[in-house]
Amino acid sequence: MKPGRFDSTVLTFCFAFLYLPIIILVVYSFNASKLVTVWGGFSLQWYRSLWSNESLMDAAWVTARVGVLSATIGTVLGTLAALTLVRFPRFPGRIPFTGMIYAPLVMPEVITGLSMLLLFVALDIDRGFWTVVIAHTTFTMCYVAIIVQSRLLTFDRSLEEAALDLGCPPVKTFFKITLPLILPAIVSGWMLAFTLSLDDLVIASFTTGPGATTLPIKIYSQVRLGVTPEINAVCTILIALVTTGVIIASISAKRAELRRIHDEHVALRGTS
Amino acid sequence: MAKSLGPVKRKFSPWTDPSATPFIRFENVTKTYGDFTAVDNLTLDIYEREFFSLLGPSGCGKTTLMRMLAGFEEPTSGRILLQGQDLAGVPPYRRPTNMMFQSYALFPHMTVEKNIAFGLEQDGLQKADIKARVEEMLKLVKLEPFAKRKPAQLSGGQRQRVALARSLAKQPKVLLLDEPLGALDRKLREETQFELMDIQHTLGLTFLIVTHDQEEAMTVSDRIAVMDKGVIVQVATPAEIYEAPNCRYVADFIGDINILEGKVTAEGGAPVSPGHPPVMTLVSEGLQIAVEQECPAAVGDAVAFAVRPEKVRISLDQPADTAVNAAHGEVWDIGYLGDFSVFLVKLDDGRIIRAAQANVSRLVDRPITYGDKVWLKWPLDAGLVLTR
Repeated sequence: MKPGRFDSTVLTFCFAFLYLPIIILVVYSFNASKLVTVWGGFSLQWYRSLWSNESLMDAAWVTARVGVLSATIGTVLGTLAALTLVRFPRFPGRIPFTGMIYAPLVMPEVITGLSMLLLFVALDIDRGFWTVVIAHTTFTMCYVAIIVQSRLLTFDRSLEEAALDLGCPPVKTFFKITLPLILPAIVSGWMLAFTLSLDDLVIASFTTGPGATTLPIKIYSQVRLGVTPEINAVCTILIALVTTGVIIASISAKRAELRRIHDEHVALRGTS
Repeated sequence: MAKSLGPVKRKFSPWTDPSATPFIRFENVTKTYGDFTAVDNLTLDIYEREFFSLLGPSGCGKTTLMRMLAGFEEPTSGRILLQGQDLAGVPPYRRPTNMMFQSYALFPHMTVEKNIAFGLEQDGLQKADIKARVEEMLKLVKLEPFAKRKPAQLSGGQRQRVALARSLAKQPKVLLLDEPLGALDRKLREETQFELMDIQHTLGLTFLIVTHDQEEAMTVSDRIAVMDKGVIVQVATPAEIYEAPNCRYVADFIGDINILEGKVTAEGGAPVSPGHPPVMTLVSEGLQIAVEQECPAAVGDAVAFAVRPEKVRISLDQPADTAVNAAHGEVWDIGYLGDFSVFLVKLDDGRIIRAAQANVSRLVDRPITYGDKVWLKWPLDAGLVLTR
């Protein structure tokens, strides 16, 4: 069926709303003029000045560290939570545990952030880098848990039983059999966690303190004073990073698919 | 077909020797899951070097029994002994049993070689020893050219052989096979059955196989345990199970059989010749049946007469003696199986008896067809009387 005129119009509008702003942002990051809405010719000056803008670079560095740390801790905890959910169908408190794993996915960020803030204040913890890491870990681990859980649900337990049967103790079985096989899910969990941490503004602004300004907070506070082409440049770099990540992910998925098809062909030839 | 194994297997029957000690012993083993009893107070002895089958429909507890031996499940009560040693509390990774899984459970991230070496590596063997053993196993299952492949690059039959090699690599005292050939097509399955028997015989190991495929069990086993609802109904050699089932369930589960309900009319009749069992008679809705058998019931008791279709002769001509073991009817349907044809004969009283005939002549020469009036006749030793 060929798309009708209505269909293509709707499609065009949707894509325009989604991507036009991004395209404009990217284009204006190369603007020679300081005015964001007036094109003054091509230039890389904003990228250069970005490099020397220490506060922005600091914020980027903080964000990267927060992202890596919280994604890593969140991935470990989330994987453990997923294992618990899948492997122990009955234990006291399973239902509240499941609920608490899923809750942060639907909880408004403002509430998560505010409650974190109240907790840190109540416990008299100085807010800064580590409180942001803790806050990001707690909400990203839920996403990891869900991704890893769905992989574990389709995991053939007889693989582990076979390893046990062949004399491999349980812990070693986990590291030699289970972990390598669920690793792709864990890696994508980590990437999602990292991305979520990277672009979180709300929770970070509630839980951060002096000296730990993340990039989203920095961008937001600068934009309130007016959009500068420098911000456009930062955002363009971010977009480039994310796009590269997505492209790499889809290429490796495509490769895995091709390998699977190749394997099937080899197997078929093997029979004849 | 049966190669050299036939006569050798015949001589092997430790279960008839009262002084033989069982290799594996299930002693009053019960396994319950909540309200469901998977295995019910089951006692069973299996001997060294035996090829033993657990046969039954799905849900009869055969897999649970095997998994308890492997250590994946603990019995709710009762004991499992291996060479006289209680296995209670011994984890699967310390049991001298290895299992071939129904799904094969090959490690997808390892090559064929690595899969086979996995168990040996756990034992901390020298690299060179592992290599030698892996090569030996690859040769045994004829997979040498595929050593470097991943499981995904193998066909179903090859995967099955890798799984077999992996479970044999550690030379387990008992090899457990969970529906090992279920995923193979018929021809490959038959070939593999003989290979399995060959391997078992060469290595001199004890094999315990779980299957719902009666042909498979009949082909490979020294003895078969027929299971139903968590209990063993009969343990016997394949021939005994087929020729002398001890109840209707076994008779019906293994192969095709005609079961005629009746009442005992006389017992202990004179044998046809010395050395034969006495003759008993029964009547089934007017059909007079005589059987060479020690009567398992009293005169007047309700019993069942069971006779295999291939032991019932079918003919267009009236037999000489139609008083006993004979019935008259009409061919109602014919099942053509190639080597055999099964005639469904509707008796004059409405019951249906199956009679099988080997198709020794070509199709055109076969005289009996749909609607023909035919006679069925069977000898005194063709069937047997069942009380259960």
